[in-house]
Amino acid sequence: MASTLETRQAVEEVSGDYKYGFVTDIEMVKAPKGLSEDVIRFISAKKEEPEWLLDWRLKAYQKWLKMEEPDWALLDYVKPDFQDIYYYAAPKSADDRPKSLDEVDPELLRTYEKLGISLQEQEVLSGVAVDIVFDSVSVATTFRETLKKKGVIFCSISEAARDYPEIMKKYLGSVVPMADNFYAALNSAVFTDGTFVYIPKGVRCPMELSTYFRINEANTGQFERTLIIADDESYVSYLEGCTAPMRDENQLHAAVVELVVLENAEIKYSTVQNWYPGDKDGKGGIYNFVTKRAACRGENSKVSWTQVETGSAVTWKYPSCILQGDGSVGEFYSVAITNNYQQADTGTKMIHIGKNTSSTIISKGISAGKAQNVYRGLVKVLPNAENTRNFTQCDSLLIGDECGAHTVPYIEAKNPTAQLEHEATTSKISDEQLFYCLQRGLDVEDSVALIVNGFCKEVMMQLPMEFAVEAQKLLGISLEGSVG
Amino acid sequence: MLEIKNLHVDVDGKEILKGLNLNIGPGEVHAIMGPNGAGKSTLAYAICGKEGYEITKGSVTFKGKDFLELEANERAGEGVFLGFQYPVEIPGVSNVNFLRAALNSIRKYRGEDEIAAVEFLKLIRAKAAELKMDPEMLKRAVNVGFSGGEKKRNEMIQMAMLDPIFSVLDETDSGLDIDALRIVADGINRMRGDSRSILVITHYQRLLDYVVPDFVHVLSDGKIVKSGDKSLAIRLEKDGYASVGIDESAA
Ligand SMILES: Nc1ncnc2c1ncn2[C@@H]1O[C@H](COP(=O)(O)OP(=O)(O)OP(=O)(O)O)[C@@H](O)[C@H]1O
Ligand SMILES: [Mg+2]
Repeated sequence: MASTLETRQAVEEVSGDYKYGFVTDIEMVKAPKGLSEDVIRFISAKKEEPEWLLDWRLKAYQKWLKMEEPDWALLDYVKPDFQDIYYYAAPKSADDRPKSLDEVDPELLRTYEKLGISLQEQEVLSGVAVDIVFDSVSVATTFRETLKKKGVIFCSISEAARDYPEIMKKYLGSVVPMADNFYAALNSAVFTDGTFVYIPKGVRCPMELSTYFRINEANTGQFERTLIIADDESYVSYLEGCTAPMRDENQLHAAVVELVVLENAEIKYSTVQNWYPGDKDGKGGIYNFVTKRAACRGENSKVSWTQVETGSAVTWKYPSCILQGDGSVGEFYSVAITNNYQQADTGTKMIHIGKNTSSTIISKGISAGKAQNVYRGLVKVLPNAENTRNFTQCDSLLIGDECGAHTVPYIEAKNPTAQLEHEATTSKISDEQLFYCLQRGLDVEDSVALIVNGFCKEVMMQLPMEFAVEAQKLLGISLEGSVG
Repeated sequence: MLEIKNLHVDVDGKEILKGLNLNIGPGEVHAIMGPNGAGKSTLAYAICGKEGYEITKGSVTFKGKDFLELEANERAGEGVFLGFQYPVEIPGVSNVNFLRAALNSIRKYRGEDEIAAVEFLKLIRAKAAELKMDPEMLKRAVNVGFSGGEKKRNEMIQMAMLDPIFSVLDETDSGLDIDALRIVADGINRMRGDSRSILVITHYQRLLDYVVPDFVHVLSDGKIVKSGDKSLAIRLEKDGYASVGIDESAA
């Protein structure tokens, strides 16, 4: 995507002597199909993990075996067969990849073009086996050097397990316990991929971090695990995902993201999720079952989740904030678009534990086609949480008559001083709005994109600039064919 | 420029226009008056191609082209502008962004390049000044929270920016204060020219003192029942529709 390209160029400038490198052939390695203790041992060995992490995985696996797949969400899908999945596969070799863009699905290329993605970048995204590619290893290294000077640790989670065992042991599973829920337990047992970030005391991370710079992990994994720790008085902005459509033959994605925010620290976590949503008839598409949670542990800790969810056939995701430190702040800004047969059950949980904690929830759900879109949110105020505040605004926009939007807010206030505000609206794109735009010369698709972007403005404003421009285009593209 | 022959239009299965004929030549300004519910806005929508306005009979030709073949946005691209009787709100979309998107869509339809950002800003500032519009209004979401008169003035800046060759102004004068009426009338007059035409829909002769029409028509019960020059409007204002043989209760 263009934003990573920009960042890349920025890094090139920093590094000065950027050079092209050749792709080294990576041996194709696959674990046998299905899940067992042996497969977990295989993964752990491949990742050269320390013993304690293997034990941790095995413990999670044992718990997972006793758990049941949740079915309380308003989702209707065929449950995955967990024995019919490969849990470890090394990156594809060049032989298996398209030789040039001519071999790539033209539909995908058309979308890249609309998003304004350069040809070179299109090749990288669609996995074309080009001879000369951008040498991500050396750039990532330079990038890391810059961060290192500030003491920032940014590496894969496997590396962190080897190199920073103390921090890892202290925080892994401390926000999302290994058996928190069915998918989190599964992830804990088999995660193969992921990011680790540590921002030391008093450091403002000098650049926006995005997954792109992790070595050898251009392809986002099926079971990603992310752990970010912002120590006292620190700040980091982290970007996850990509506006470009991502195809992946893995149907099930179950990620876990844990954020730890200490005193006066802040983490801003932005996601654009655009996994393959399936075709117009609802065939195929990714199941996206994610557990994301942030713990605001110190005084005045702040965490801000911003998500733009346009992809996946099924999305199940509730980025949450545990507001433990007094005066800590949690924010959740969400746009979820569902079109055709997509289903999304998403929202947040704000758990107010500390005094004077506050939270803001802005959710914009857009449904088109035959899609279903659910906002499910919990605002919980514990007895000792004096003077807490929450503002929740859930707006739903319907396009057409066959889709649905549902708002399910749960509120549990156990302290009488809590000030909780909830607003919810449901609207449709009116014929009058559409005709007004058409009369001014915009075609149907541009009109819908314009109206929808207006509807989502408060959330889009939260995205980092270069991400926002692409995300705006993405909203329009996701809704193509939904009107007229 | 615009030729409407025997136009019949149904809305929700009900016939609203019942054989309407109208010819507007280049450079001409026509005014349409008529009782509430006569079908004036319906005519404007039918010309501009609004969904749900079903043409059951007749033709609309614009510069020799069969207009009924074109989508609403294509008609806009051909240079037709409608000043809405009730301008629509678009939350979250600023006037500036809306206008830039509209202008670029029209330019694209005509095979022209997008307007450069600097040039666009210069243009919009100039037009806002002409219409004595507070530039702050341009940053606000399209028509959201605008007063009635502000909405009408906002329609005028859109017209000025999009530079149409044919404009239908549906009661653009309603709801304007005395000063605003003059400003808007000046705006309309600036749009007059040898190759441009305007159709003004109004209830009041007042506007026609400033924007002097070449022709005045009376629309009643889905048809043009009387045409004349400016004096017709003056007569209507003085004596009411009964003076031209229209039974108010029938309209
Ligand atoms: N959806 C509809 N179903 C039935 N009748 C309709 C519908 N829409 C409009 N009409 C009717 O069509 C007639 C013409 O309406 P139109 O808005 O064109 O009138 P007008 O001449 O512009 O009136 P005004 O001066 O009040 O603006 C009215 O009687 C109106 O009630
Ligand atoms: Mg009307």
